[in-house]
Amino acid sequence: MTSLDVTETAICARSITRDFKAGQSVIRVLHGIDTDIRSGEMTYVVGESGSGKTTLISIMCGILWPTDGEVKVFGTDIYALSDTQLVNFRLQNIGFIFQQYNLIPSIDAAANAAVPLIAQGMALELARAKATELLEKLNIGDQANKLPNQLSGGQQQRVAIARALVHEPRLVVCDEPTAALDASSGRRVMDLLREVAVAPGRACIIVTHDNRIFDLADRILVLEDGRITHDGTDMPDDH
Amino acid sequence: MLWIAIRMLTGDAQKFYGLLFGIAFSTLLITQQLTIYYSLIERGASGVYNAPEAEIWVMDQVSRTTEVNYAMPATALDAVRSVEGVEWAVPHLRAPASVRTSTGDLEGVTIVGVDDATLIGLPERMLVASKNILAQPDTVVIDDTGITNMFEDGQDPIGERLELNDQRAVIRGVADSIPSFTSQVTLYTKYSQALNYVPGSRNRLTFVLAGVSDGEQVADIADRIEAQTGLKAETRDEFAQAGVQFIIENTGIPTNFGITVLLGFIVGVAIVGLTFSLFIRDNIKQFGALKAIGVTNWSIVKMVAAQAALVGSIGYALGVVGTVLFIYGFSGVPTFKGFFIPWEIPLVSLGAVVVILAMTGWLGLRSVMRTEPAAVFR
Ligand SMILES: Nc1ncnc2c1ncn2[C@@H]1O[C@H](COP(=O)(O)OP(=O)(O)O)[C@@H](O)[C@H]1O
Ligand SMILES: [Mg+2]
Repeated sequence: MTSLDVTETAICARSITRDFKAGQSVIRVLHGIDTDIRSGEMTYVVGESGSGKTTLISIMCGILWPTDGEVKVFGTDIYALSDTQLVNFRLQNIGFIFQQYNLIPSIDAAANAAVPLIAQGMALELARAKATELLEKLNIGDQANKLPNQLSGGQQQRVAIARALVHEPRLVVCDEPTAALDASSGRRVMDLLREVAVAPGRACIIVTHDNRIFDLADRILVLEDGRITHDGTDMPDDH
Repeated sequence: MLWIAIRMLTGDAQKFYGLLFGIAFSTLLITQQLTIYYSLIERGASGVYNAPEAEIWVMDQVSRTTEVNYAMPATALDAVRSVEGVEWAVPHLRAPASVRTSTGDLEGVTIVGVDDATLIGLPERMLVASKNILAQPDTVVIDDTGITNMFEDGQDPIGERLELNDQRAVIRGVADSIPSFTSQVTLYTKYSQALNYVPGSRNRLTFVLAGVSDGEQVADIADRIEAQTGLKAETRDEFAQAGVQFIIENTGIPTNFGITVLLGFIVGVAIVGLTFSLFIRDNIKQFGALKAIGVTNWSIVKMVAAQAALVGSIGYALGVVGTVLFIYGFSGVPTFKGFFIPWEIPLVSLGAVVVILAMTGWLGLRSVMRTEPAAVFR
């Protein structure tokens, strides 16, 4: 794998634990995770369903409070920020690709892709123009004026990818992007993500348990029962 | 973001129109019912409004309204005239009577006797014939809504002979008057003639109508009349208010209309609340995504407020226009004669709309606020 030169630390996670209440008992989902995520790389977090992948990246991107531990994103201790500061931090620095896309049904593809810019306060027309540019790069420029329900699933996912990248965030997180896709479309999406999401100074974390695409990672973290059991450029042999 | 909020709402046509309907329906019901209520109880003062020249109404201490009255001795007229600051004073008689029409029907009417010389006591305008027609013998003038009560459709009342307590009366004119609360037929005639129609008891002068001299305050002169004559003297506004108050106190009208207005409000809360919470539920994932991406709770409050404001203003406008069309459309029907929408009533329904939207918007917001951004990865 060719990794880009810029390898500054994007995320510095220290002793992350997370508990969930399940009825009377408390379940520990993450057991003291220590890891650094580097910029310029595509990092995969892989593991069985229920191993804590989603919980971990939610904590790393500032949408879920850890029970214990510290997360620094580009040097900022994000859970020391006030609520509003944290929301703003995400808006400026993080791009999300949700599994279910969660596009707004009544605004067109360009406007959906432009949401982070609009939320940042950019004028609607300018934001749409920027988003349309990106949609063109993703080969769906001709769909810019269509509503989500007029697009195929693959096209909707590209709109969601555009929305994650339009504001040029320094961190992109993506939960199970290929779960709903067949092997070849899954690969195509991941190729596309490599092409557009990985950039110098930008970190990209992909959560997946799709072993068909492991070879596209720069680095793979394996999570088992809330612990990192492997950290390397390839999958361990026993998987 | 407000643009997005508006598009989210208008993009869901079914719920958007549902919300508009809810607000418009509530507004219509509340505005329309309050208007009818207001206009109806105002009719308790129609007797006052139908004698526009009178600045002061003088009556026996026990009289309460134009309809609920007790006659005074004839000497009351001179007593009022002798009060300083009274420019003019005329006798005014109001009494119930039974009338037999040419077709043999019996009808209860109100006889109003107006001053022979000045004709003060007649409504401002006549629809048929001039006021002077009262100079002809045995003449009565009927009020326009009374016609529909007493005669068949299309029958010309002019020239109709009536039997009023065994006295002959001929309808020779029609007055443009505000109907009374009971829509009872009113027959206007000269005071001297009215005395013939009303069976003779000793006192038959029910009111003295008075005007004040230039530069005098009406209320001051009314006080002076009371002090000097021992009679009750009320300004036009006071006496009108007394008529309205009498209706409010002695009928179930406030309760009945109050219930309908409350129903309008409840139906509004139900329709709008249900539709809006469905809308929020359908969009909760999108709201969650916005929160994760980096939209503050405060921005989301503003988004929901914009949605509420849009639905509220359009729905409210539709409801008010609907009421105006209703009142306008029925203005030709005697039942609704003189009905109008006082400016306070749309304000009341606007207040109701604001409360409905604030309640439902707040309920919807709560679920959006409670949505954790982390939920978007599930
Ligand atoms: N909000 C929550 N409340 C309770 N338990 C949760 C919650 N979120 C996740 N869990 C539990 O934490 C464990 C890890 O979940 P998750 O991080 O979603 O795993 P993965 O993404 O690897 O499938 C699971 O057992 C799940 O049931
Ligand atoms: Mg998961």
